Amino acid sequence: MIEMRDVGFGYHGGAELLSGMTLSLQPGMFHFLTGPSGSGKTTLLRLCYADLLPTAGQMTAYGHELRDLSRDDIADLRRRVGVVHQEPQFLDHLPVAENIALPLSIAHEPVDMDALRDLLGWVQLSQHARALPPSLSGGERQRAALARAVILSPDVVLADEPTGNLDWDMSMRLMQLLIELNKSGKTVLVATHDLNLIRATKAQVTARVLRISGGNLQLAGADL
Amino acid sequence: MKRGNSLALNLLALCKSLLRDEGGKGDRIVPPTGFTAQLTLFSAGAMAFLAVFALALALATGRLADHWSSELAGSVTVRVSAPADQQDGMVQSTLQLLRTTPGAGEPRQLPQEELARLLEPWFGPDMPVDALPVPALIDLPITDNDFDAEGLRLRLEAEVPGAVLDDHTEWRRPLVSAAKRLRMLGIVSLILITAASAAMITLSAKAALAANGQVIRVLRLIGARDLTIATAFVRRFTRRSAFGSAIGTVAGVAAVSILPDASAAGGFLTGLGFQGWDWLMPLSIPFVAAAVGFFATRWAALKMLEDVR
Repeated sequence: MIEMRDVGFGYHGGAELLSGMTLSLQPGMFHFLTGPSGSGKTTLLRLCYADLLPTAGQMTAYGHELRDLSRDDIADLRRRVGVVHQEPQFLDHLPVAENIALPLSIAHEPVDMDALRDLLGWVQLSQHARALPPSLSGGERQRAALARAVILSPDVVLADEPTGNLDWDMSMRLMQLLIELNKSGKTVLVATHDLNLIRATKAQVTARVLRISGGNLQLAGADL
Repeated sequence: MKRGNSLALNLLALCKSLLRDEGGKGDRIVPPTGFTAQLTLFSAGAMAFLAVFALALALATGRLADHWSSELAGSVTVRVSAPADQQDGMVQSTLQLLRTTPGAGEPRQLPQEELARLLEPWFGPDMPVDALPVPALIDLPITDNDFDAEGLRLRLEAEVPGAVLDDHTEWRRPLVSAAKRLRMLGIVSLILITAASAAMITLSAKAALAANGQVIRVLRLIGARDLTIATAFVRRFTRRSAFGSAIGTVAGVAAVSILPDASAAGGFLTGLGFQGWDWLMPLSIPFVAAAVGFFATRWAALKMLEDVR
């Protein structure tokens, strides 16, 4: 689905933050991406949803070179790749339910109210459906962002430090949702520096752990 | 996925989405912005109000130019100057000649009372015109296009010395020129009003777009196309422009309708306003304002989206 071959990236034409990245996100896989702060985890994720373009190498999404995508193509790609950010942004003037259904509205697809209710129940936000996003707690915002990311039933879900601002219980609750998504066939890539979270998750699902070190991507082994 | 021009919005699709009923969903993605909404409404209304007057001026001066032109071009005057004892004879000779002039109607000598009325503004009402060596004036209506003023002038010179043709060109030219310049002034005013409206709506749209940078960023990240985002803003500003200008147009038309009429005002103000089918022309102002709002906002939205990946 998303392939990187010797991909490099440097901000503003400067030195490469990432180099020689080779990665293949295949259907149904669960990946962790780890590494110290500033190592380029977020940058790699942004490359995956075409928020940034590689400065070297080849990167394809669904068989199409990322650099060749038009702006409409990028919009279409983002409908197939759900993203959860560390600090998710919403349209603060719209209720939570409308924010979650927003990807459907902008894709001009009908909103199935029963499916929306089920989704709200899955992320345990049924009672907050009519609340405005600023009134949500950190954990609730992350779960709302996850619901919004999956409402178009994307093939891939990317999560960038989704538990960065959450306590342990709330983090595991969110990870549980991501595990359920993976078990339903979605490809999941979670960027995190929390090794305990990775260990706890690996106890429940087969996950590949990738580490960014010195700008390169390595498969992490037993040293976790 | 195929490659395409990322910023070349399909205008037809944009128009369709403007007209499409989405139950307000499209509009709802843009937060309500009280200040820019009021600013757009007010500026569109004020500009439409002024546009009504500029339109009335352009139409009225156009009519005035046509009126002055046709009134004075519809006849010529022949002035017969001769010693008192020869004047009647020369007038008869002139009338005889004029009756045989191609393209001219029946010549009419202006009676003494009419001459007195013409001179009244200069000499007052009690001036005995009979006592003055006033030339005889003959009014000759032009009835056909084959009337040849220059030919008539030469014939008069040859056959009735003392009879001089005045085809009113000297009077007509500056009047028509003045009226045409006034009409041009009205048209230039309309163009300036349209341009100023576009500038103000663009500024309002840019302010709204800048204030909603986060909204635009979020929409792009969850897969919104430029068309979808631009349409949300374009629809809102187009409707505001149309609504504001409709109010301004109604107020402008009402103000024009209560202007003094021709008989009351007289002089230069004669006929200023709308007549007949002219009253329908202000109806176009809200549509023009909507078009201005549409294109100005579209341009501003496209420029803004260029900076958002």
